[in-house]
Amino acid sequence: MTAYLTALKAIVTREAWRFLNQRSRFFASLVRPMVWLVVFAAGFRAALGLSIIPPYQTYITYEVYIVPGLVGMIQLFNAMQSSLSLVYDQEMGSMRLLLTSPLPRGWLLFCKLLAGTAVSILQVYVFLALAAAFGISMPAPGYVYLLPALVVSGLMLGALGLLISSTIRQLENFAGVMNFVIFPMFFLSSALYPLWKMQESSKLLRDICAVNPFTHAVELIRFALYGQMNWEASGWVVLAFAVCMLGALWGYDPARTMFRPKRG
Amino acid sequence: MNVFSVQNVSYSYGSKKALDDVTIELEAGRFCALLGPNGAGKSTLFNLLTHLFVTREGTIHIAGHDLARDPRKALARLGVVFQQPTLDLDMSVKWNLSYFAGLQGISGAQAKGRIQAVLERLDMAERADEKVRALNGGHRRRMEIARALIHEPDVLLLDEPTVGLDAASRAAITDYAHDLADSGLLIFWATHLVDEIRPFDDVVVLHKGRVLAHDRAETLAGDGRLIDAFTALTGGRAGANGREAGG
Repeated sequence: MTAYLTALKAIVTREAWRFLNQRSRFFASLVRPMVWLVVFAAGFRAALGLSIIPPYQTYITYEVYIVPGLVGMIQLFNAMQSSLSLVYDQEMGSMRLLLTSPLPRGWLLFCKLLAGTAVSILQVYVFLALAAAFGISMPAPGYVYLLPALVVSGLMLGALGLLISSTIRQLENFAGVMNFVIFPMFFLSSALYPLWKMQESSKLLRDICAVNPFTHAVELIRFALYGQMNWEASGWVVLAFAVCMLGALWGYDPARTMFRPKRG
Repeated sequence: MNVFSVQNVSYSYGSKKALDDVTIELEAGRFCALLGPNGAGKSTLFNLLTHLFVTREGTIHIAGHDLARDPRKALARLGVVFQQPTLDLDMSVKWNLSYFAGLQGISGAQAKGRIQAVLERLDMAERADEKVRALNGGHRRRMEIARALIHEPDVLLLDEPTVGLDAASRAAITDYAHDLADSGLLIFWATHLVDEIRPFDDVVVLHKGRVLAHDRAETLAGDGRLIDAFTALTGGRAGANGREAGG
């Protein structure tokens, strides 16, 4: 067992170290949600009336509503950036190094996921601290309850990224994936508007949002921030994780030979 | 028992056969050059040996472990130096080595001891704390060889490890590899440069996915030069400088 934990530690440390050394990435990961929070939400609060919906027990401002969605966005971007680094690693050879380790491939990929999730959690807490500095804070225990929710949602989004990375052959395809994965997932979710609000404009859109696993990740985070467990959301998130992880394992199976384009 | 055994291995990309019934048996303590022009199938064979590809045709054994049935045990006996650099440039030499030791499940005092030992073996001990970015190409390669030895493998695979290096670095890396073979390791060295091969080395000539010859370099060369023997075998032409099996 110690060999497994040693590998986990090595992979997580490497990922965290790389992240901390990429200051621009760290900076961007914080600026993006802060712009949404401080600029977009401030302008939008007048346009959008929110009624009291669980887990909120009183009227809330739009800035408060949008925080869980932005937390989800941080994790979503981070997961996609991790998979970008996987594609990059595949080309640079470090993925080969990882996959020729004598530990089970599934475990190595899971370690990679956990490492990405750990980095995203770091970003989330820095963001929440900044939000609190701007006067947008949550109940204190919520910050603790949030942690397990972030682990689950981070793993799910990471597994999705892993699945995508296993099917992408070339780096330049990734820009398209960003457009076709990140934006639809974010906008077709409960991150910016509650589902009942969506339903007022289109039932179809609401239904799409309801099956989007990102919606459930955001709701899991939202409820956790108020010390509540959303079983339905967590069930969906775990299910989505399982499906993506199995898909990624399939994609990284040597019999599928993801390195095929390189031959000689 | 042979420490390295590839038997009747074939591999295709769709309808194009990249490897055709390849059989190679090698003993410990040898330096074996896998000689072939670009496109001969060397990289495909390396991908199969490192379990990045799998094939149903043929078997591969590393130190007695069947790569298909027991990939983890087989991989544990294998050290690999890939053709593309696989180093984190902004990490120190030691950091890179520790990361690799971690991937192999080696930690703590054992990892430290082995890292120190491989660095000394490759004369890199005094560079341990430098960032990889500060090292020249030859030293980076040497470091990758040191890294591939941390888990004390029986077989060391090197995929054209001297590509892009100057003459002095090439000679140094080739010398280190031969020293490692003398110490009991099997070195399997893919190349298209005949001047990296010494008379007593084993040579496997791979061309269009087939093994055309497998013998001592001096036997293959006969009274002439190895490059001429290679050219005659493959029906190509020697490189302009007489050392490149470019075909």
